[in-house]
Amino acid sequence: MLTKKVKSRIIFLVLTLLLASIIIFTVLKSLEKNVVYFLSPTEIYRKENVSFDKKIRVGGLVKKNSINKNGETISFIITDLKNEIVVSYIGLVPNLFAEEKGVVAEGKLNDKKYFIADKILAKHDENYMPPEVKEALEKSNN
Amino acid sequence: MLKNIFPNKVLSLTNKFINNLIILLIFILITGLVYSLLISPPDHIQGDSVRIMYVHVPSSFIALGCFAFIGIASIINLIFKIKLIPLLAKSLAPIGFIFSLISIVTGSFWGKPTWGIWWVWDARLTSMAILLLFYIAYIFAWKLIESFEKANKVSSIIGVVGLFNLPVIKYSVDWWSTLHQPSSITLTSAPTIHYKMLIPLAIMFFGMVLYSLIIFLMRYKTEVIKIKLNKKKKYK
Repeated sequence: MLTKKVKSRIIFLVLTLLLASIIIFTVLKSLEKNVVYFLSPTEIYRKENVSFDKKIRVGGLVKKNSINKNGETISFIITDLKNEIVVSYIGLVPNLFAEEKGVVAEGKLNDKKYFIADKILAKHDENYMPPEVKEALEKSNN
Repeated sequence: MLKNIFPNKVLSLTNKFINNLIILLIFILITGLVYSLLISPPDHIQGDSVRIMYVHVPSSFIALGCFAFIGIASIINLIFKIKLIPLLAKSLAPIGFIFSLISIVTGSFWGKPTWGIWWVWDARLTSMAILLLFYIAYIFAWKLIESFEKANKVSSIIGVVGLFNLPVIKYSVDWWSTLHQPSSITLTSAPTIHYKMLIPLAIMFFGMVLYSLIIFLMRYKTEVIKIKLNKKKKYK
């Protein structure tokens, strides 16, 4: 069916693609540290050589009843339900910043449990629903 | 090679057929826009900015879908060298380019009120920007290289290499922690979008796919006519 020319082209292309995918896979694997946008509190807790001078990002959920506002200063706890980290920040937070919602804080670690942020981003999850459905859900949960 | 049935059929594709598709498109788009802007409810957290999703999600899908076609076409093209295939891929490229641009722009408009920032270099957004670059490279390969054979080869290589980026875009939100949320609609589990929001999304999706199809048919027809004219010139 296939001519010799076509056959050799297929073999060549398959080999090239295989090689390319291996290269890309290893590159992505070795770059993994840079590819992740933020670390969870647990990842920071387990990390052995944490740098305190380099800017990093911590992400997770804002713990319930942990937001403390004092003028411009705001402090709250980021949790991944296993470990926690206290974040303090001066400035405005995005509108969607709220308790039990996703958040990403950019800044520097003071120690492994205390983080000083200079930027706060709200993270949205994949759930979309109208307000009345949310209320009905909350009612049925209580 | 041009005696393939498909290119000739596309020439007999009358303007009337395309016009009918356009009328259908206008009807679907008006329904979709009324539904997504007026009838559908706001989101419980995002409020009205959820409506951006009705354009953002279909655009991203079309952007990825077009490149998937271009990439697979490029592989077939490099192996079998059928003249019809590069014409199909070439006609699709600008559509995918525009929709990846729309996806990125609408995404920024959504990101500012939601995340609090227009753009971040997380895995999803970065890989999407790379897709845009691949589209630019692909289109420029066709525009700048004059000989058809050479342009065909170079653009096909760009298409094949760019194919690797697609799974990275798709799964970036699952493989790495990103600011962008994971997919709401998956093959394996129920969608996490309320049905009142799924309906306008589906209508807008069909409308935008239909729009892409119309533009594709027009462009493809033009490409076939161009090739035929060039052939005629050569024989004269």
